[in-house]
Amino acid sequence: MWRYLAAPALFIVLLGFFLVGLFRDPTLVPSPLINQPAPQFELPQLLDPERTLALSDLATGEPVLLNVWATWCVGCRQEHGMLVDISRSGEIPIFGLNWKDDRTAALRWLERLGDPYVAVAVDDDGRVAIDWGVYGSPETFLLDGQGIIRYKHIGPIDQAVWEREFRPRIAQLRQGDS
Amino acid sequence: MVPELGQVALVLALILAVVQSVAPLWGSYTGNRVLMSLAKPAVTGQLVFAAVAFGALTYAFVTHDFSVAFVAGHSNSELPMFYRFGAVWGGHEGSLLLWILVLAIWSVLVAVFSRQMPERFVARVLGVLGVVAVGFLSFTLFTSNPFDRLIPAPVDGQDLNPILQDPALMFHPPLLYIGYVGFAVAFAFAIAALLEGRIDAAWARWTRPWTTAAWLFLTLGISLGSWWAYYELGWGGWWFWDPVENASFLPWLVGTALIHSLAVTEKRGLFKSWTLLLAISAFSLSLLGTFLVRSGILVSVHAFAADPSRGMYILAFMGIVVTVALALYAWRAPSMASDAGFKPLSRETFLLANNILLVIATLLILLGTLYPLFMDALNLGKISVGPPYFDLAFMIPMFPLMLLIGIGLHTMWRQTPSTPVWRKLRIPALAALVIGIPMPLFFYGTAGALTVLGSILAFWVMITAVIDLLPRVGPARLTRSHIGMCVAHFGLGVLILGVTFVSSYDLEVDRAGIPGQPVDLAGYEFTLLGTRGVQGPNFDAIEAEIEVSRDGEFVTTLYPQKRVYRVQRDPITQTAIGGGWRRELLVSMGEPLGDGAWSLRIQYKPLVRYIWLGTIFMALGGVIAISDRRYRLARRRETEPATTGSAPAAAGGQG
Repeated sequence: MWRYLAAPALFIVLLGFFLVGLFRDPTLVPSPLINQPAPQFELPQLLDPERTLALSDLATGEPVLLNVWATWCVGCRQEHGMLVDISRSGEIPIFGLNWKDDRTAALRWLERLGDPYVAVAVDDDGRVAIDWGVYGSPETFLLDGQGIIRYKHIGPIDQAVWEREFRPRIAQLRQGDS
Repeated sequence: MVPELGQVALVLALILAVVQSVAPLWGSYTGNRVLMSLAKPAVTGQLVFAAVAFGALTYAFVTHDFSVAFVAGHSNSELPMFYRFGAVWGGHEGSLLLWILVLAIWSVLVAVFSRQMPERFVARVLGVLGVVAVGFLSFTLFTSNPFDRLIPAPVDGQDLNPILQDPALMFHPPLLYIGYVGFAVAFAFAIAALLEGRIDAAWARWTRPWTTAAWLFLTLGISLGSWWAYYELGWGGWWFWDPVENASFLPWLVGTALIHSLAVTEKRGLFKSWTLLLAISAFSLSLLGTFLVRSGILVSVHAFAADPSRGMYILAFMGIVVTVALALYAWRAPSMASDAGFKPLSRETFLLANNILLVIATLLILLGTLYPLFMDALNLGKISVGPPYFDLAFMIPMFPLMLLIGIGLHTMWRQTPSTPVWRKLRIPALAALVIGIPMPLFFYGTAGALTVLGSILAFWVMITAVIDLLPRVGPARLTRSHIGMCVAHFGLGVLILGVTFVSSYDLEVDRAGIPGQPVDLAGYEFTLLGTRGVQGPNFDAIEAEIEVSRDGEFVTTLYPQKRVYRVQRDPITQTAIGGGWRRELLVSMGEPLGDGAWSLRIQYKPLVRYIWLGTIFMALGGVIAISDRRYRLARRRETEPATTGSAPAAAGGQG
C-alpha cells in the first residue's frame, strides 16, 4: 500500500517547491557584497596573457561594469549585442571576467561578435568568481569609482534592464562623485 | 467583429467542455445513459467552437487586425502570408488556443473511434478529457485572452520574433502539442480504468494506438525543434539541454516507457499498476512542461511571459489534476496488481529493464532541470546545471539500455527461449563489433573509447532490429506491430550513429573570409567570392557567395545571409548548409572586416543528418505499428460479430 502513496507524496513535495519558486524571481539574487569593497584579484588578460588585470585597474575614479561571461553560456550570447551597443555609446567602460572558458573559443567569440570590453580577465578555475559570489553567468557588477560594488544583475542585460536598473544607478553614482 | 466572434466561440467551447466533463462522469455513476450520451455531442460542439475561435484569430492575423493586442504584438504589415498563419502560435495566448484546438481534435477522434469500447468506459474517458479542456479553456479566457483589444489600435504591429520566422518553426509547435496533448488520451484511459477499478488486455489494446500516435508526433516535434535550433541559431548544436527542451523530452521518455509497458500489459496482463502510473506520469510531465515554459520559473533561452498569475493558475490546475489522479491511483491500483510471474530471461524481464532505465533517465533529467529551483526554494543559493551534467547523467542509463534492446528483441514472452539467445545473437554481435570498431578509425583516423562504444552500439541496435524481420530469425508471422517496432528500433540505431559521430568528429573554425582566399576545413576549401545586398519581404540582408571545393573539384556554392528585420532590428545570422549524408557543411557570417572581407564561421558536421533520419524512422515505426490489423479487427468484431475467425490469432501473435 505504502509504495503506491510514494508517487502522490513526491508530487505534493514538488508542488510545494513550485509554489515557493513561483514567487521568486529566478534572475534576482541578493548579494552580501553590495556596498562592500570588491574582492581583490589579479588575473591574466584574455587578449594578452602576458599582462594582468587587477581590481586596482577597475578603480579608475569613474563607475565601471564588470561582466562575467563565457562562450558556453546562452544568456551571454543573448546580451552580447547589448554590451557592444553600450560600449560603442561610451556610456560606461565595461570590463569582462571570462569564467571557466576555453581561451580560443573566447577569442573567437569576441572576434565574431565584437569586443565590448576594455579588458578581459581570464578566470580559468573560477576562484575569483567564487570570491565575487558568482552563481551563474551572465552576471554584471556595477562598481563605483572607488571599487565598491553598488549593484549586481544576474541574467542577460537587455534594453529594459539597462534603462530600469543600470542607467539611474550610474547617473546617481556620477552625481555623488561630483 | 470577428475577434468578438472568436471570443464568444471560446466561451461557448468552455460551457460545452463543462457539460462534457460533468454529465458523462455523473451519468457513469448513476447509470444514466442520457447523461453519458451527452459526451459525444458536447465534445463535437467543443471542437467546432474551438475551431471557430482559432479561425477567428487566424483571420485577425491574415487581415492585419492590429486592434487585437496579440496580433499587434506578433505580426506586422510586412509579415509574409505564410508566417501570418504560423504567428497564431508564435506567442503565449495563441499557443494556448492551439493547445485547446488540438485537445478538442484528439477528444473527437476518441469519441469517433471508440465504438468497440463499453459505453460507460467511453463516457468516463471523454469526461476526463473534458476536465482537462475546462482547465485550459478557462486558463486562456481568464488569464491569457488572445482576443483582447488594444484601443486605440496601433498603426502597425511589432512583428513576429525574427528567429521564429522559419518554416521548421511553423510546424514545430503544432507537432509538439499534438504529442503533448495526445498523452491526455492515455491519461484519460488510465483514469477511466482506475474509476472502473479494473484493467485488462482489451484496455491495453485500446490504449496502445493512442499512446503510440501521441509518441510519434512528439518524436517528430522534438526532432523538428532540434533541427531548427541546429540551423537557425547557427551554433551548430542540435541539443542544448535547455529547460524548455527538457520539458518536451521528459514526457517523451516516459511515453516511450509507457509504450513498452503497455505491450506487457496487453500480452501478459502484467505491470498493470505500473502502466497506469506511467500513463498518468506522461501527461503530468506534459503539464509540468507547460507550467515550466509558461510560468518563467526557470531561466531559459526560450523565456516566455513570466506573469505570476498565469504561473499560479497552471500550478493550481496541475496540482489538482495530478494530485487527484495520483490519489486515485494510490487508492485503486493496489487491488489491480498482477501476480503472474515470468522467467529471468523472458521478454518481460527485458521490458522491465527498459522501463527502469528510461525512468532513471527521466528522473536524472528532471532532477537536473529542477535542481536550480530546489536550491533556490531552500535558500541554498542560485545555481545553474549545464550540459556536462546532463550528458553524463543521460549516458549512464542509455548505454545499458542500448545493449539490452538488441537482446530483448530476440527473447520470448513468459519463458526463457529454447535456443539460447546467445547462439542467435553471436553473429549480430560479431557484425556490430566488426563494423562498429573499424568505422570510426577508418574514416576519421582516431577514436576515443566512447566513440567506439557508441559506434558498436549503434550497429548492434540496427542489426538486431533488421534481422528480426528475416524469416527463421524473427517470429514466424510478422505483424505490422512487430515490423513497426523493428523499424523504430532501427531508427534509434541510426540516431545513435549520428549522435556518436557528430559529437566525436565535428570541426569548426572562425576565420576572416577574404575574397579569393580559400579557408581549409576537413579537406574542404571555402572561398568567399563576394557579397551583395538582398531584400526580403520584411528584412534587408547581406548575402555572401561561398564556393566550396574538395581537392580542386567543385562541391557546392553556399549563400549565408546576415539579416536585419525592419521592425525588430537585431541582426539575424542565416546559416547556409551544404547538405549531404556523409557530412553537412555550415557557413555563417560574422562581422564585416572591411575590404569586402567578413569573419566566417565554418562548421563540418559528419553524419549529423542521421540524427533526424533516425527520428523519422522511429516515427514511421509508430505509424506502421498503429496500422496493425488487430486494432481494427477488434472494432470490426464489434459491428460484424460473424467474422471473428482470425482475430484471436492476430491479437495473440507476437508484438
